Amino acid sequence: MNKVYNRIESIIGNVITVRAEGVKYKELAQITTRFGKSLAQVNKIDGDIVSLQVFAGGQGVSTGDEVRFLGHEMRVSFGEDLLGRIFDGSGQPRDRGPALTDNMTAIGGPSVNPTKRILANRMMRTNIPMIDMFNTLVVSQKLPIFSISGEPYNQLLARIAMQAEADVIVLGGMGLKYDDFLYFKEELSKGGALSKTVMFIHTASDPTVECMMIPDMALAVAEQFALQDKDVLVLLTDMTNFADAMKEIAITQEQVPSNRGYPGDLYSQLASRYEKAVDFANSGSVTVLAVTTMPGDDVTHPVPDNTGYITEGQYYLKGGRIEPFGSLSRLKQNVNGKTRKDHRALMDAMIRLYSSYKETLEKKNMGFSMSKWDKKLLKYGELFESRLMSLSVNLSLEDALDTGWEILAECFDKNETGIKSDLTDEFWHNK
Amino acid sequence: MTENTGKVVSINGNLLSVEFDGNVSLNEICFVKVGDTSLKSEVIRIRGKVAQVQVYEMTDGIKCGDTVEFSGDMLCAELGPGLLGQVYDGLQNPLPTLAEQAGWFLERGIYADGLDCEKKWAFTPSAKVGDTVRAGEYIGFVPEGPFAHKIFIPFYLLGNYTVKSIADKGEYTIKETVAVITDERGRDIPVSMSFKWPVKRAVKCYSERLAPVETMETKVRLIDTFFPVAKGGTYCTPGPFGAGKTVLQHTTSKYADVDIVIIAACGERAGEVVETLTEFPELTDPRTGRSLMERTIIICNTSSMPVASREASVYTSVTLAEYYRQMGLNVLLLADSTSRWAQALREMSGRLEEIPGEEAFPAYLESYIAAFYERAGYVRLPDGSTGSVTIGGTVSPAGGNFEEPVTQATLKVVGAFHGLSRERSDARKYPAIDPLISWSKYNGVVEAEKSQLCKNILVHGDEIGSMMKVVGEEGTTLSDYITYLKAEMLDAVYLQQNSFDEVDADCSAARQRYVTDKLIFVLDSDYEIDNKDDARGFFNRLRQKFIDWNYTVFESDAFKTAEGEIDALYREGCGRLKDGE
Repeated sequence: MNKVYNRIESIIGNVITVRAEGVKYKELAQITTRFGKSLAQVNKIDGDIVSLQVFAGGQGVSTGDEVRFLGHEMRVSFGEDLLGRIFDGSGQPRDRGPALTDNMTAIGGPSVNPTKRILANRMMRTNIPMIDMFNTLVVSQKLPIFSISGEPYNQLLARIAMQAEADVIVLGGMGLKYDDFLYFKEELSKGGALSKTVMFIHTASDPTVECMMIPDMALAVAEQFALQDKDVLVLLTDMTNFADAMKEIAITQEQVPSNRGYPGDLYSQLASRYEKAVDFANSGSVTVLAVTTMPGDDVTHPVPDNTGYITEGQYYLKGGRIEPFGSLSRLKQNVNGKTRKDHRALMDAMIRLYSSYKETLEKKNMGFSMSKWDKKLLKYGELFESRLMSLSVNLSLEDALDTGWEILAECFDKNETGIKSDLTDEFWHNK
Repeated sequence: MTENTGKVVSINGNLLSVEFDGNVSLNEICFVKVGDTSLKSEVIRIRGKVAQVQVYEMTDGIKCGDTVEFSGDMLCAELGPGLLGQVYDGLQNPLPTLAEQAGWFLERGIYADGLDCEKKWAFTPSAKVGDTVRAGEYIGFVPEGPFAHKIFIPFYLLGNYTVKSIADKGEYTIKETVAVITDERGRDIPVSMSFKWPVKRAVKCYSERLAPVETMETKVRLIDTFFPVAKGGTYCTPGPFGAGKTVLQHTTSKYADVDIVIIAACGERAGEVVETLTEFPELTDPRTGRSLMERTIIICNTSSMPVASREASVYTSVTLAEYYRQMGLNVLLLADSTSRWAQALREMSGRLEEIPGEEAFPAYLESYIAAFYERAGYVRLPDGSTGSVTIGGTVSPAGGNFEEPVTQATLKVVGAFHGLSRERSDARKYPAIDPLISWSKYNGVVEAEKSQLCKNILVHGDEIGSMMKVVGEEGTTLSDYITYLKAEMLDAVYLQQNSFDEVDADCSAARQRYVTDKLIFVLDSDYEIDNKDDARGFFNRLRQKFIDWNYTVFESDAFKTAEGEIDALYREGCGRLKDGE
């Protein structure tokens, strides 16, 4: 154990090789360079030639640098004292707090036995009407936020972190701009959510290899909290950076790329992270919300495409709003029958009318004359967008439903909404 | 277990190179010793004294020099009574047993017997001492759920055997000897109620393979009437994410007119398996009146479980299907999704540094896919009865583009193609099978001319629809407009189906025939309507009547009343059959 090697055979990108014996696959090593110490992880063994990916990157590594194998794989400390702390991609503190070494847990552990899972059936409230009312987030669901660059996805995540009904928030940042990191820190401490949050942050200027560690560390911690009866919400941003980091390493190691340069196991790699979302029978849960930016707004790009096959729906962030049409929560029907009896009917009716509004808007833009009904729809669309869709709106589900009825009453007659009359009789707002 | 061992010499992901001394065969199972655990692996390539093995588990912590023990066996499934109702992983480990042993997680290196060795089964012999028997013939049976589970002469025995002794009627475990048979050289072979069969080899103990002619009813109108699947046939369901592949398979697994359903959840979400596990024990199979779970086997290797066993899981599933087929039963294997299986092949191929084919899939992708689907079939068994394995696979094409290699390789070998479209699923049309691109080579539940007539209306309606987008409603003639409305109505009342409604979801063949006749009568008529608004109004009302009709129980009073309303409305529109009347 802890043998030291002083001869590095090759250095290609972030990957170095050394001749060593008795090294375990995925074992960690510490490499001491002129810039300080860095962790490295074994990712290939061929006879006595061991390849390691250096967390801090290959820059400045010398063939004479010292490599010391640590005898264990990547681990992360776990305990209550994690709350409120910020770590980087190699598990070191990013804040001024002490390094934690107690109760180390291996990351990237085995998957949950499907027979030990239970059917997702609890709503997670976020007080964002486009989520709570139209595409309800369900405890243990895994949902990406598909977005193009420039959309306020980090603002949205920060809001969800502050408002969501979760016991613990784990935030994983990958390739985060430094200002975004500061934004998260500031918003969460302003909102008072910092004390229930653990952050694992890799910023864009940090080494690529550390980026790949973020989801595993975040999810390993989340899983441990969940096993202690906590409902954990994991927020990841941005999974496209994670996939790109994987691509970079794969190409450096001369793996055959499959689709637009991404490695052939992209699906399995993403799935093994997303599948950590779970509702344990008689214990806590892990819910995953992950931003996936779509290069060029192209949903068929390998990263969003593979993600879509893995996750249980998606939120589609466009024009600063969660789009009602592209978005889908596949699990919403598990919960939205139990909230308030008008929830489903009102949701369906409002979406249907909004879709008619879109058609009318198209007709209007093409210069057709507007009928009385068209005008009603136009008014409705505007009200809907400003009072419910805008990301600045903050309403509980019940208030959002009431607002929905209010909007309908301002624009339409009862029988124009297509809602069953026993519901309109009970909920219609009489002016 | 043989004495043959080897040493690990290189590690790359889940691919190891192992140096060995004795003899090793391709696809042989071996175990890598890591600390106290042994990790199951399979030999996939041999070069000189080095075997390359894929490990069915995570390989963290393995080091060069670790011992590998070769078993001498290929990857096998254990066949015998007790398979029905089970939930297995890709290597036939029962997941509930693993949960008892390991708790929340699928810890590596923990394996369990596929069948319960303690349970006693009530055996009734059917063979007599002195009978001549061959592999695949049965010597008795035990009751398993609603079926008489036949006890076979193991499929791997070659030649003729004579029954030397056979157990009396009574209760036995699957490991106890129930018969002794003698081969042509006079050697005795004990036979128990279970035996092993290598999953990658097709079971061929049948007299002949027959053409699949009989329709396998799925109770989905769009499939049974337009793009049917035959018992013993194959079909594939490609579609982009969110188009409803899994939901469609889920309904098929509930309502399909077969004896046994095997669900291979291959590289998909664990949540979907949980849904089946929660729901199926509560549902009753209308054919037997017993729990739906009793006719179901779930082989689940979800996306986060190790990739190599994902590849094995489709073979394990089809082997179990063939086993029950040998009993003269009709078995449906639903594989979701074959793309994940193909990706598992691709990952392994990449590690083996094989020259990649299109999109980095291995060059043998097509032949592997073909060999898998060819294990479906309708066969005549040695005792003269027939049995079938039907295979339905979903395909998850990257970007929803059907031109990709897995979809194309699959289309070459299947007998029916149910292409799901994003447009239809976005429009909330269920099932989202696109009638304009799908096809089937099998016989449906209604006559071919009738379904063709309906298809023609759909095609024609679609053409007019696209034209209308350019010239507007104003530029369309009334007769074209009516054709368009007819196609829309056909789509709304017949192609679309409500899978949440018990009556509508379970549409029998007889009902499909009855309703198509009525529909054709209505669609093939001329109407005395002189403007488009009236036409739209009329067909809207007609559509509503048909939809209401769909929700009534077949041949009930409500059914007849609703039909009467359709007839009345038809007369109101002054419908007249074309060509006279």
